[in-house]
Amino acid sequence: MSVPVPPFAQLGNRRAVPLDQLPELTVEAFRDSIATQVDEGWRIVSLFGTPETATSVRLIAVLADDERGQLGAATTMVGERYPAIASLCAQASIFEREIAEQCGVIPEGHPRLAPLRRHPPDHRPSGWPAPRPPFDRDAHQFAQLEGDEVHEVAVGPVHAGIIEPGHFRFQAHGEEVLSLEIMLGFQHRGVERLLEAGNPSRAMLVAESIAGDCVIAHANAYCGAMEALARCRKSARAQSIRGIALELERLANHVGDLGALAGDVAYQPAAAFFGRLRGDCLNMLMTISGNRFGRGLVRPGGAAFDIPPDMARELDARTRRLDLELRPVAELFFGAGSVQSRLEGVGTVPHDACVMHGFVGPVARACAVHRDVRHDHPFGVFRFAQIPVATAWAGDVYARALIRWIEIQRSLEFVREQLGALPAGDARVPCDALRPSELVVAMEEGWRGEVVHAVLTDERGQIRRHKVTDPSFRNWTSVALAMPGNQISDFPLCNKSFNLSYAGHDL
Amino acid sequence: MLDLLRTRLAQGTQTIAFPNDAIALPERFRGRPIVERNGHATLDLGACLFAPEDAIDTPECRVAFTHDYRLSSRTRDGLVTATGKLGALSPLDGPMRKLLGRSLRLRSVVAGSCNGCEAELTAASNVVFDMARFGVQFVASPRHADGIVITGAVNVNMRGALERTYAAVPDPRIVIAVGACAASGGPFRGSDEAGTGVPSSIPVDLWIAGCPPHPLTILDGLLGLLGRIEQGDRRSASPATPEL
Repeated sequence: MSVPVPPFAQLGNRRAVPLDQLPELTVEAFRDSIATQVDEGWRIVSLFGTPETATSVRLIAVLADDERGQLGAATTMVGERYPAIASLCAQASIFEREIAEQCGVIPEGHPRLAPLRRHPPDHRPSGWPAPRPPFDRDAHQFAQLEGDEVHEVAVGPVHAGIIEPGHFRFQAHGEEVLSLEIMLGFQHRGVERLLEAGNPSRAMLVAESIAGDCVIAHANAYCGAMEALARCRKSARAQSIRGIALELERLANHVGDLGALAGDVAYQPAAAFFGRLRGDCLNMLMTISGNRFGRGLVRPGGAAFDIPPDMARELDARTRRLDLELRPVAELFFGAGSVQSRLEGVGTVPHDACVMHGFVGPVARACAVHRDVRHDHPFGVFRFAQIPVATAWAGDVYARALIRWIEIQRSLEFVREQLGALPAGDARVPCDALRPSELVVAMEEGWRGEVVHAVLTDERGQIRRHKVTDPSFRNWTSVALAMPGNQISDFPLCNKSFNLSYAGHDL
Repeated sequence: MLDLLRTRLAQGTQTIAFPNDAIALPERFRGRPIVERNGHATLDLGACLFAPEDAIDTPECRVAFTHDYRLSSRTRDGLVTATGKLGALSPLDGPMRKLLGRSLRLRSVVAGSCNGCEAELTAASNVVFDMARFGVQFVASPRHADGIVITGAVNVNMRGALERTYAAVPDPRIVIAVGACAASGGPFRGSDEAGTGVPSSIPVDLWIAGCPPHPLTILDGLLGLLGRIEQGDRRSASPATPEL
């Protein structure tokens, strides 16, 4: 019962397997078995392509059964065209758009093969001729609605505040949004190619810069993948330090998001207080790592900085004070009727859509989907110190705010518990060469949701493919689904309640 | 309402007395590096990512981080030093400062970043750093702006939008480049898609180094540009104990 249904090879979070142990299926069997497994409650964690020969691409699918904590993987080989998985399974849609763009492969019958990040293929087999017509970054036609008084509103890429670039195209009838199409890719920097460039110390810094507010989660996942491939066993102390840093990052961002939501509904006291308290969380990361976002802390083999006993005591006192200061502000915010009425029933993501598209993180948990890597696929410190999964059911802005507040309280408890009982051991141990021809999948529950680094090594133990999946990659679709029926003036509020990363999506 | 007032009183005043107060940064904070022995030629603060690995201590070379958060220069070359020391930051000329008065309105353009610099720019406006008390604010349109703040490596997909936004700001206009990406491409240097920072077609008035720069670094750079910080104070302040 606990064994994944063939034809998938069993994997674990950060457990590397030799590539030749993955069952190589025909493309039809690959497609059918993914669709069947997803129908049975599994979900796609990663689906990506990498050039195999000069004229073929290898596709690798990683699926998860969250309830049983299982991961399964399979592979297939395709040429320039293959029958799209997305026509059977909606979760595959965005992954196949990515494969089409990165590898230059066409998934035939894909329901919506629009460009994703608008860059020329960077993982295309060398033997294929250049595509014709040549790549055009601005070729996309937005879907338009027609009708009396239907109008179009275009926003971005440059926004009206200090916000990352992205383009939003609304079809609206008066104030009411009929549909929203989101075009991203403006932050595309070619992150995966840099991670694959064969310079590990540089790649570490790139991994910390995938999404600048999600440094620890990406660094943990990156190092988790490297350590699994190198069979490096880091100390319990290092795992604890990484867990503390991950939860401090969650605290900073969740507190900041509550402040930003307060600002968007013009409830200034909570906006100011939460904004300041967010800084206190960042400053705790700075005390540990020397940088407000925790850059430099997580390194292969453990943590570059230890938390000595006096620092642990000081951080514990600061966490206690933070807890005491946060509670009255949260009571003000959630207790104000004027705030509640602005958050409830706005920007609702339906539960069924969440399951169908495989959304992750607080977005999923706010529509009653019990999904959290720390709980479902535990690793490191989370195998010993469980954090209960918080869910709400309404799927609206209020539910997403509430999830954040519950998670803030749980993270505070966790951080204090860990600081009070840091295990002995070295903060960092050596991390040696990577094993050749292996696949590893490292998942981490960042504050936005599931961060995935899937890494494939070649026969010399060099990185052959490094596939990064930020939670924003999966969740941007939920923003587009939440908007129809809402007022266009509520878009900033809705968007803030998701607070997805443009950089993390665009890579 | 009573709860609101009680919370307000409990929260107290949190704004720091920048630039007058001594600011305590944690022991491990990585500010401006100093170079004592250098096996290499020079140190480019515009390309420095302030990673712990950048601190080196070998017989040929010793680079250590100080607590000095001041990392700005009026010229790109000014960020390249042999010792890690930066020259004095000269303010904007008299007519320009007179034109701006006590107000500087900026438009943010993000072009191929990780969102770290943007987070610190936003933090510079919170109640702790409160940039607005110095008259600096971010506005929603280039038409309302005295200048633009550029973050990110100026990647291929944003270059056109950046150039159009710059063109939409009325002359005379100020350009401020924030972070390692805007100065050099930062961690993304070497990628075909990422770019190597603000192109020469857009003249930059102020470079603020850091990955990302601390809000104090941003405040110091902006106030230095506006001539609101005494130069003597700014540059003669002794660096704190280097971190080793």
